[in-house]
Amino acid sequence: MAPTPALVELRDITKRFGDVEVLHRVSLPLYASEVHALAGENGAGKSTMVKILAGVYAPDAGMILLDGAPVVLHNPAQAQRLGFAVIHQQPSLFPDLDVAENIYMGRQPLGALGRVDWRLMYRDVNALLRRLDARFDAHTPVRSLSIADQQLIEIAKALSMQTRVLVMDEPTAALSTREVEDLFAIVRQLRSQGVAILFISHRFEEIFDIADRVTVLRDGTHILTKPRAELTQSETISAMVGREMSALFPKQHTDIGPVVLEVRRLTRPGEFRDVSFAVHQGEILGFAGLVGAGRTEVARAIFGITRPEAGTILLDGEVVSFASPAEAMRRGIAYVPEDRYQHGLVREFPIATNVTLPIWRSISNWLGIVDQRRERAIASDYFQRLQIRATGIEQVAQSLSGGNQQKVVIAKWLATKPRVLILDEPTRGIDIGAKAEVHRLISQLASEGMAIIMISSELPEVLAMSDRILVMHEGRITGSFDRNEANQERVMYAAMGQGQGQVRHGN
Amino acid sequence: METEATIATQASAPASSRTLTRMVARVGQVRELGLLVVLLIVVAFVGVQQPRFLALGNIEQILQSIAIIAIVAVGEALVILTRNVDLSVGSVVGLSAFACADLLKTHHDLNLWLVFAFGCALGAALGALNGVLVSYAGIPAIVVTLGTLNIYRGIDFAIAQGKQVNAYDVPDSFLGIAAGHVLGVPLLILAAAVIAVVAAYLLRFSRQGRQIYAIGSNPDAAQIVGIRKARIVFTAFLLSGLLSGFAGVLWASRFALVDSRAASGLELLVIAAVVVGGVNINGGSGSIVGAMLGAIILGTIQSGLEILRFSPFWLQAIYGAAILVGVTVDALITRRVQRVLMAQRLR
Amino acid sequence: MKLLRSGVRRLDIWDLLLVGLLIVILVLGSLQSPYFLNATSFSLIFSNFSEKSIMVLAMMLIIIVGEIDLSVASILGLASAALGFLFAAGWPLGLAMLAALAAGALAGLANGLLVTRVGLPSLVVTLGTLALYRGAASIVLGDRGISNYPDAFTQFGYGSIPGTPIPWTFLVFVVLAGIVGVVLHGSWVGRQLYAIGNNQDAARFAGIPVARIKLLLFVVSGLVAALAGIIFTARFSSSRADNALGFELDVITVVLLGGVNIFGGRGSLLGVLLALCTVGALRSALGLADYPDQVQSIVVGVLLIVSTLGPNLVRRVQVAWSRRRVAPEQALSQRSTP
Repeated sequence: MAPTPALVELRDITKRFGDVEVLHRVSLPLYASEVHALAGENGAGKSTMVKILAGVYAPDAGMILLDGAPVVLHNPAQAQRLGFAVIHQQPSLFPDLDVAENIYMGRQPLGALGRVDWRLMYRDVNALLRRLDARFDAHTPVRSLSIADQQLIEIAKALSMQTRVLVMDEPTAALSTREVEDLFAIVRQLRSQGVAILFISHRFEEIFDIADRVTVLRDGTHILTKPRAELTQSETISAMVGREMSALFPKQHTDIGPVVLEVRRLTRPGEFRDVSFAVHQGEILGFAGLVGAGRTEVARAIFGITRPEAGTILLDGEVVSFASPAEAMRRGIAYVPEDRYQHGLVREFPIATNVTLPIWRSISNWLGIVDQRRERAIASDYFQRLQIRATGIEQVAQSLSGGNQQKVVIAKWLATKPRVLILDEPTRGIDIGAKAEVHRLISQLASEGMAIIMISSELPEVLAMSDRILVMHEGRITGSFDRNEANQERVMYAAMGQGQGQVRHGN
Repeated sequence: METEATIATQASAPASSRTLTRMVARVGQVRELGLLVVLLIVVAFVGVQQPRFLALGNIEQILQSIAIIAIVAVGEALVILTRNVDLSVGSVVGLSAFACADLLKTHHDLNLWLVFAFGCALGAALGALNGVLVSYAGIPAIVVTLGTLNIYRGIDFAIAQGKQVNAYDVPDSFLGIAAGHVLGVPLLILAAAVIAVVAAYLLRFSRQGRQIYAIGSNPDAAQIVGIRKARIVFTAFLLSGLLSGFAGVLWASRFALVDSRAASGLELLVIAAVVVGGVNINGGSGSIVGAMLGAIILGTIQSGLEILRFSPFWLQAIYGAAILVGVTVDALITRRVQRVLMAQRLR
Repeated sequence: MKLLRSGVRRLDIWDLLLVGLLIVILVLGSLQSPYFLNATSFSLIFSNFSEKSIMVLAMMLIIIVGEIDLSVASILGLASAALGFLFAAGWPLGLAMLAALAAGALAGLANGLLVTRVGLPSLVVTLGTLALYRGAASIVLGDRGISNYPDAFTQFGYGSIPGTPIPWTFLVFVVLAGIVGVVLHGSWVGRQLYAIGNNQDAARFAGIPVARIKLLLFVVSGLVAALAGIIFTARFSSSRADNALGFELDVITVVLLGGVNIFGGRGSLLGVLLALCTVGALRSALGLADYPDQVQSIVVGVLLIVSTLGPNLVRRVQVAWSRRRVAPEQALSQRSTP
């Protein structure tokens, strides 16, 4: 692969946010014509690394060398001029403008009299798009394009800027299988053209498919960098996790009770189709699948945030239909959202107010006045139970760490005394210690009779915690496994849409 | 089997993107057609009741009022495209009108070019203040321009001290400007047309003009791409002030009587024109042509109601209704388009 | 109170500045006239501000949830016009007043529906209705003014509680202010309002009926504006189509000056009350010095801008100060947060 010098070298990169060191002396080389995968769990420091290469953050220590010479990336525009391009998970485009303008905004080709040469721009962009096998042309309004297509635009933009280093941040997160294949074809094409590609992912299937070299980060530190050929999956996993997996997930045995929530042929066009399953008292039902499979959408439909177009939801055997989250809450369903910061917390409120937000009825008197003593009591109770680490229940949610924020959100929903608890990526972005605590809590809740649906993209978590596992792929249920018959391969196959253990409804 | 499927989807995909582009373009055309229809209906309605409305001399009067509205509307459109709003335009026009008229009252022999320069400079300065507060101090445009609307009007009032300037106080040459013609074309209309054409050209063919759309469409992405958002937004407000100042001088030339209440409430008419003309209130899309169409329609309605002897109070209600209808129609259309696009993406 | 302190505490500096400003104005005012600081003129100052005072209370709630209502003055005018029109047509005064209140509520309802159902930005909606409702008031009443209201009515408007210098309308204000205070700072409704203004999505996901609450607030705003219209009519014993033109400037200025964040989610009644006194005293002091309304508005306009500029500037100064102690490259990275 490369006895030649690296195109880009990151040397001893360190980055701090306040007291927390997010990256500690990380070094890695990027060679031209090579796909270098950066792997690691959530919180390993991958996103920060991306932002540094994008010119958004400046490292507190260490340097970046381009062609052997140190460079400073002051801002995204300047980084782009130096040849660094980043494809973010969520493309940031101009929805009202067309593809050509999105690619060339700010550097449109100028013709006679210094005016924008539209014809040249469209010709140029169409050529680029053809090279990338795009299914749209330069005139298409960006608003109408899917995420996969929007990523393509970002790639086209990178190409148009003579990019030498392309950083792709979890690009496959929102893509379907076919779209991932298309993307990889383009990546290979770029590689053959001499581009150095840094590919961020936490999915080994992808890493082992596309990468030439792999670096693993863990808790901000560099663990290893090896050519892919010399690396095994288990070596990668242990590098990412760094400890015995069994210690992480203490699942208690629970007696499973009767069915609490049942869903039959639930359908929402564009999101999910023909989804049917049942959850029992004391059961943890794991929902596995790749991001974009439709699991969050199902949860939102059950919780009343959206309404299904077809199918039925039954609670204790009775057909129900929720027009709003408030109704679902009243019937004992709780949903801990995927994005805790955006949807789960009111940032400026103290912990206590956040925790008691949905249960205002039980902490206020007939006039509507809040009984602060009762509020404090309830909040303190959960504070203890969940071992939330903060200065007290008055601490403002904004200043808590990710793990503690998640605990506050969970506490909030536990306070509603639900019978069905839906957790959407409950341990995403949380450090290992807090993760174990959350798992212990979930297990305990199940043993107390709660029916739990746990949506998670982390396979080890799903496999270890669930009594049963449902796998979704592109809006349908593609697999259903009992605890003892499930393993990583089977679940992954179903998540990719193929293979054994499928549950298909006659169609 | 897979390759067939691939080819099939690839063959159909470009077509679907073409239909999308066509659909979006068609929506724009339908909208402009709709506006023309409304214009025709209004003209027909008024013309039937009062044939004098359609007389050539009257049409010229109507076009002159429209011209002044249109000039201010160009500036307002620039601001709205960046996802801001300028409520102070009426006050700037009024202040400029009175200041220039008063200037001529006290200095009869002042070179008219200087008067125009003064009006434009005054407007530019007032617009620049708006721009600084919005761009560099980070205050929402609604708060800034609500404040300056009152501040500028108050200054106008303080300068006027209850007095007014009428036709006898200013030289005839000045009054002649509004009524003047160049090669048979009324001067005011020429001025408005030139300004509109220049603005449309810059919006379409200059990088900064395209950046205005980018800022309105996605301010964060604009920042990331390296667009100097603060500078461009500041310029938009500056231009809005400049054009309002210019329009103010024309106003003083056109109307026999100018006092501190001149152009009061003009901002509502101008915003209505821009919104009705298809400029999205959230910025990012819309055209000068649309704004001009909106100005024509609302200006015609204004003249029509005057000829039919409706009380001017009806105008306020109509401006308000126009804003509401314009924005609602826009929102509903966008929603319909989104729904179609969503359905298209079904797997 | 303690639990919500985190939102209020940040305003303390601002409140102090406000008190300082108020003192300055009171001093200047008393320099203008020796009678400025006595009880009668206090009641006069309040009287002049009685409509704006109650409209401020409603506007405060609307801005806290992250919306705005520019049409309040027009609704006031519409209600006053409706009152005059019906009264002149022979309706009993009480019934006409109820109809005026209903008109205000309906106007607010229209605002609310356009914002919550159609999803339009409240800025544009209320800009449109500002014009629409003012025009409607004019259409209803035309050019005339209605002025033959019964004495009891006008007594309520500008008279005081017998034996005291306290205007009747002050009583109305105190009652409403009390309700708002208790609701906002003590009840779960207030929590929900702050939650919505702070993070609308999180509020919805927590089961708070965001759309319904916003709709209700717009109706309340319209209702309160109509009540203000009744008071205005009583006070001046006259209904005219151009009643209360431009009131929205003062109302919004008071709310923002009082520390309510224009983007929502923050603000306290105490700050707003202080700001109310400040702007009220300001208008009176300037009026005593013979400055006409429009010129007074220059000062109010400046206050409006400064009141949003202020907290922004203070924050930037704080950040710049803390950055001075840090190396330049780190300063660059500190601009962004994880």
